[in-house]
Amino acid sequence: MNATATTPRVHYLNANYGIASWLLTTDHKRIALLYLATITLLFFIGGAAAVLIRLELITPAGDLVHSETYNRLFTLHGIIMIFFFLIPSIPTVLGNFLVPMMIGARDLAFPRLNLASWYLFTAGSVFALVVMVAGGVDTGWTFYTPYSTHYSNSHVVLTIVGIFINGFSSILTGINFIVTIHTMRAPGMTWFRLPLFIWAHYATSVIFILGTPVVAIALSLVAIERVFRVGIFDPALGGDPVLFQHLFWFYSHPAVYIMILPAMGVISEVITCFSRKRIFGYTAIALASISIAVIGFFVWGHHMVVSSQSVYASMVFSFMSMLVAIPSAVKVFNWTATLYKGSVAYQAPMLYAFGFIGLFTIGGLTGLFLASLAVDVHVHHTYFVIAHFHYIMVGGAVMAYLGGIHFWFPKITGRLYPEGWAKFAALVIFVGFNLTFFPQFLLGYLGMPRRYHFYPEEWQVLNVMSSAGASILGVGYVLPLIYLVWAMRYGAAAGPNPWRAAGLEWQTSSPPPTDNFERTPVVPEEAYAYGPKEEAEVV
Amino acid sequence: MSETRAAPAHQFDDFEQQYEAASLGMWAFLATEILFFGGLFLGYTVYRTLYPAAFTEGSHHLDIVLGSINTAVLIGSSLTMALAVHSAQVGRRQAIVGFLALTMLLGLVFLSIKTVEYGHKFDEALVPGAHFVYDGPFAPQVQLFFSFYFIMTGLHALHMVVGIGIMAVLAWLAWRGKFSPTYHTPVEISGLYWHFVDVVWIFLFPLLYLLGRH
Amino acid sequence: MWSNLPLFPEQASTHAARVDELYAFLVGVSVFFASLIFLLLLYFAIKYRRRSEDEQPHPVYGSIPLEVTWMAIPFVLVMIMFLWGASLYIALASPPADALEIHVVGKQWMWYFQHPEGQREINELHVPVGRPVKLTMVSQDVIHDLYVPAFRIKMDVVPPKYTTTWFEATKTGTFQLFCIEYCGVAHAGMVGRVVVMKPTEYERWLQLGTPEEAPVVAGARLFQSLGCSGCHAANAAVRAPLLAGIYGKPVPLATGQVIIADDSYIRDSILLPQRHIVAGYHPVMPPYQGRVSEEEILQLIAYIKSLGGEPLGRGMTQR
Repeated sequence: MNATATTPRVHYLNANYGIASWLLTTDHKRIALLYLATITLLFFIGGAAAVLIRLELITPAGDLVHSETYNRLFTLHGIIMIFFFLIPSIPTVLGNFLVPMMIGARDLAFPRLNLASWYLFTAGSVFALVVMVAGGVDTGWTFYTPYSTHYSNSHVVLTIVGIFINGFSSILTGINFIVTIHTMRAPGMTWFRLPLFIWAHYATSVIFILGTPVVAIALSLVAIERVFRVGIFDPALGGDPVLFQHLFWFYSHPAVYIMILPAMGVISEVITCFSRKRIFGYTAIALASISIAVIGFFVWGHHMVVSSQSVYASMVFSFMSMLVAIPSAVKVFNWTATLYKGSVAYQAPMLYAFGFIGLFTIGGLTGLFLASLAVDVHVHHTYFVIAHFHYIMVGGAVMAYLGGIHFWFPKITGRLYPEGWAKFAALVIFVGFNLTFFPQFLLGYLGMPRRYHFYPEEWQVLNVMSSAGASILGVGYVLPLIYLVWAMRYGAAAGPNPWRAAGLEWQTSSPPPTDNFERTPVVPEEAYAYGPKEEAEVV
Repeated sequence: MSETRAAPAHQFDDFEQQYEAASLGMWAFLATEILFFGGLFLGYTVYRTLYPAAFTEGSHHLDIVLGSINTAVLIGSSLTMALAVHSAQVGRRQAIVGFLALTMLLGLVFLSIKTVEYGHKFDEALVPGAHFVYDGPFAPQVQLFFSFYFIMTGLHALHMVVGIGIMAVLAWLAWRGKFSPTYHTPVEISGLYWHFVDVVWIFLFPLLYLLGRH
Repeated sequence: MWSNLPLFPEQASTHAARVDELYAFLVGVSVFFASLIFLLLLYFAIKYRRRSEDEQPHPVYGSIPLEVTWMAIPFVLVMIMFLWGASLYIALASPPADALEIHVVGKQWMWYFQHPEGQREINELHVPVGRPVKLTMVSQDVIHDLYVPAFRIKMDVVPPKYTTTWFEATKTGTFQLFCIEYCGVAHAGMVGRVVVMKPTEYERWLQLGTPEEAPVVAGARLFQSLGCSGCHAANAAVRAPLLAGIYGKPVPLATGQVIIADDSYIRDSILLPQRHIVAGYHPVMPPYQGRVSEEEILQLIAYIKSLGGEPLGRGMTQR
């Protein structure tokens, strides 16, 4: 840490003042903060739905809310958390802020399109919130037909419009990242000198552009069928409801890699900085990211093993699902090996990274249970699946998101957050998370179905444990909201590189100037150039 | 895409980088469009395989003459679009405007013929939904065929409307002298978009109109 | 308290123990690798903790042999998981030929079970122990899913077509049955029980039940009342395929395909006859979609199945 850390006089936050300078900005860093604001709001709304769900499940009977309400709560929780929080989170907040900086560019390739992305995202969220206020939607986030097309009496079409608009936001962000990474790298920044965060966002963007349109058409057809009654998925007309599932999962499986690949990118950055060492197996990790994106397009049928899909199809999907585990395992081993003979520090970002590796490992291993056909038949649609994906999404992606927010907080705000509180919150989150979700593995194997408003008495003990954990987890999430907002105003000045990290973003001031760098950097060496040498001059 | 370019946009180092970026961006966008229409093509293929007789039956009710004229019109519009791009490359301002106008005109001709076709289907009670009436065999699956017909051609028509709108903006900009041999990126990438819309129709036409005609 | 925290449901079918064995293997592998990573992280984090602010460790770039090793070993392990899981799954998809056939109709929000002898049950299914039972299922509205944790079986119940699964119960008792595909407001209430009885008790139960019209008899009655015999009889005015003895036999279609006349074929032919036109016949049969319930379809199938004799009406090529 610099003893005489100062904040520059003019930077991107104070270069212009006024609402218009924010709402009409084309600066990728300001747009990242606009996203941060809306995403945080949506996260807590989705979280509130989860609180109500866990409260209801404390008792076996459905005594807190009616079944109609409960079904809307879990639907809302899923839709908001997946489409309006997890999918955008790291790419639009950290990605938008850092992708240009990490490659030495002044902005993304299409700054106005970037702003349009945020407006589309916000518009989509407004639809989701309107639906919530108007009575909700009760189809589950998966919208299976014929329930969603012919039987549900809730605001299906309105919800679909919101998700559809939001999908455009994803697509534009994906296009922006791909073009930026291809065409705007600083001199000397070859592909294999890129930070792994960039590789991760590149792979994610490929999934954004190839997967999102398919769910867009799938949901559009549901909306069309509801409005016009034309019968694409209607059995009475010879339509096949299972066709919807294929179109839906063709996107929604790769979508989970949209949620985890950026998180893995964050972890690579944090692990190297807080071991002060080059990443172990750079090429392996870079290629693993691309492999996950590619193989991930060929596994969607593992969600449909008992759907009346053919036995042969199930076997192919099971095989491919096993394969996609290998690159993830490679990453976990490489991150662990990076600590070997490193210089390991324990600031909050690193604690989140440790948490990520452990919890992602458990989540990923339980994915193998689901990929294994006979076991999947037993645990499909039980709490086992819920536990599995929360381990990856919450234990993995959300922890990486928080770790990234803390890691780059000094760069984004020019200030330091309170380290003690951050460590405490990370610990509370870790404990609360495991208490919430580990019992759900047990519940799942015992047979407890998901989306159940009430359940047999013998499962109450595990449910109570899970709900108790959720209350702790909730506290853990509120803490950063408080101390980070406090630190934005009252934190100590951070200086350009408080972590002594490698990476182009750390070679400019904190907060950075609007155009990111005083002069375009030239890149003479590989990423994570830690190691014994003269201290690089800090701007 | 605003004032006459003395310099590329601030995030780019030179015009070449800007053009490369815009071009790659449009190709990436077209990839998303392929996947979007692809979902519909997949659904259509699945049902065509399940109900070949019904789909052939439905196809026979489409007007192959109007469809063929439309195909020729659209291919012609791609030609005029390519000529507009060429005019931009050599800096002939009036030619750009002229060819863009011609492209728009042909696009409007296409849409008019499509409207006439839709009108015929309405008169024949072949629009899916509450008012669909069909006396022949396989009625439910014929309705399925027409659902796909309207959704796929409707989505295509929507893309054409957007395309015509873009042409209008481009024509206005060209008239104002915004394009030059060094900078005419918007014309080129809009050309890509228009050709894509044409290609989608080239797939739609045989799949919908030419089934079982031998 | 620990005795109240079971980790497995009861094992009540031939399949259950085998699934639990695979599960145990998966748990073992997972515990091993999770512990390995946890311990390595802990060990490295402590052993290599930063001792001074100016520490600069030497870079270690990677190791191809290590990468290959930690790809190869997981690959072998996941292939074992795949093959083991797939083989159990194939067994689950292959009901024995002599299985007791129960027909199931799922609808919002109840289960209807039809025994071949005529017994009907709502939300409760009585079966004999030690005998394979095949469930042929269909939904009357949305997608449901029948799940019996104690048997480790699960299968979606979908509207347009039959799905099947099977089990062989290994102990008597009552076991929970759930709908496990979200199907609307009362999804959590769409539960039932499977009651497994000793074979002699099962026979007694069958007889004690209210004398029901056997499906075959009901089917014969429907065949007349719905007008099927108007065409599908030997001297009918309209030429239609005769149905005697066709069940389970191959049927040549107008498209050149040959299809086996199973339950699904008969159901499709009743509801949407244009789907499969028999070779040599015109597509003139009206669809019965919406005019006949799932239970009635099952009865018609039972009747058609009971018709013996040689299949007639093949080979004529007039179109």
